[in-house]
Amino acid sequence: MNDVMIEAHGLTKIYEGTTAIENVSMQVRRGEVLGFLGPNGAGKSTTMKILTCFTSPTAGTARVNGCDITSDSLGVRRSLGYLPESTALYTDMLVLEYLEFAAEMRGITGEAVRKRLKAVVEETGLGDVIAKPIRALSKGYKQRVGLAQSLIHEPPILILDEPMSGLDPNQAVEIRDLIKDIGRERTVILSTHNLAEVQVACNRVLIISKGRIVADDTPDGLRDRAGKSRCVITVLKQPEDNFAKLCEATLKSLPGVERARLIEDEAGELSFEVLPRGNDDLRPVLFKAAVDRGYTLLGLLREGQNLEQVFRELTTGPSAANSGSTKAAA
Amino acid sequence: MQRTLTIAKREFRGYFNSPAAYIVICLFLFVMGFFFWNPFFLINRASVRSMYDLMAILLMPTAPALTMGLLAEERRTGTIEILLTMPVRDPEVIIGKYLAALGLLAVLLVCTLAYPISVSTLGHLDWGPVFAGYFALLLQGGAMLAIGVLTSSWTDNQLIAFFTSGILCFAFWIVSRFLPFVPQNIASIVEWISFDYHFQDLVRGVFDSRHVIYFLTVIAFSLALAFRSLESRRWS
Repeated sequence: MNDVMIEAHGLTKIYEGTTAIENVSMQVRRGEVLGFLGPNGAGKSTTMKILTCFTSPTAGTARVNGCDITSDSLGVRRSLGYLPESTALYTDMLVLEYLEFAAEMRGITGEAVRKRLKAVVEETGLGDVIAKPIRALSKGYKQRVGLAQSLIHEPPILILDEPMSGLDPNQAVEIRDLIKDIGRERTVILSTHNLAEVQVACNRVLIISKGRIVADDTPDGLRDRAGKSRCVITVLKQPEDNFAKLCEATLKSLPGVERARLIEDEAGELSFEVLPRGNDDLRPVLFKAAVDRGYTLLGLLREGQNLEQVFRELTTGPSAANSGSTKAAA
Repeated sequence: MQRTLTIAKREFRGYFNSPAAYIVICLFLFVMGFFFWNPFFLINRASVRSMYDLMAILLMPTAPALTMGLLAEERRTGTIEILLTMPVRDPEVIIGKYLAALGLLAVLLVCTLAYPISVSTLGHLDWGPVFAGYFALLLQGGAMLAIGVLTSSWTDNQLIAFFTSGILCFAFWIVSRFLPFVPQNIASIVEWISFDYHFQDLVRGVFDSRHVIYFLTVIAFSLALAFRSLESRRWS
């Protein structure tokens, strides 16, 4: 049981009659990097604000590193590093001043301050800007300062709210790798609406939609759950009438094919999407069929359904799509 | 306690990281100089008695200007989120911020010592009443700052915080001027509420602990309300 770092039961938060999250429960173990995924306004930030004791839940309980968020909020906050969505820092301070402030607030004193400062500056690559005012930094560097402040007291748990949003792709990759490094020794929850980040950085994914958790799995598990990998076959268009229709019909009649449809007809090339009945690889069948019928094969590829599709299915499915915002029942 | 001082230190330095503190201090000294020296030679007496009333009035826009951003700006920019998720108690945050403002008020008051010092070169100045006056100013200024911290905790808009605390301070000051218009039976209460009643006694050198307690009560009450306001955020 000691291994469970964060444990939440039935967290519910109602803001002025609007339910932000409803009955959110989760367990995060030591060493896990948990991706908290959901569209904007799904309740990711609310959940994080509750876990960091910035706001209190309307109902439900949570324990962080063994401390209860209501009765021992100081204990919770001691074991946490938090980077809020806004990454709002005191922009009038120098990077060094700010990190010293964070260290002092975390109860680090004397010689230890310098040691920790040195360590986090190295870890987050802030060496070059340490004497600059925060307002002069780029978004990427501000994000690093935010991360550095969350790491200064070597917390066992890190909660990062959209640490990579608003960064250019290079910065995002840097920050992502940094988080991956950090996550080797710590428990990390990071929220995002970018799936690529989750695929790379996280070993578990929670998907939240309209304030409820709709999936809890590994990135691979989620993809498998969505099943079905599709094939896309591209052939050269032949001059005869109805060639496209004919092709489509042929593909549909092949063994193991559940569905086939034309997805692109451009520049004399026809592309079809073919879905298998089971989870078989259709490429040999398609190749053989093309050769047998004398089609000029231009392309044939099989792609697993990516997280993006899974995400869309889970967060815009019929159950999730029926209301814009879940209103509290009167 | 350590964290209270850390917050106070940060805020106090913050005042000097922007031109705001310099502007406030300069403006204060300039306006004060203008109104102080003008009638000074007319009266032709080595006294700084008129200085305290002048400063008490000038503090009404100054104190709110010093406190308006303390919490409102943290809310607006969102820095409050990192601050309040650090292992710090809400009262420590409030007191830390208050101490920073009090520190700047002290700096301001020290700057104005130039007046009694220069007056003392012109004639014999009795320093006893000067210290009494400064003591009264520190108390009344401290009360105004506490009200400012309170209004700053109500909003994320600095201007609203500024005007709200300005109006409140003004109300506390002006209320004694309405004494002739209030019914006899509540007149003493109204008088007791007003800053000026206590301030004038203290400036005259009447060291009555009730006056000190009055100002300390205003400070404690305002800061306690500010603390409640900060805490209520968790439940909204």
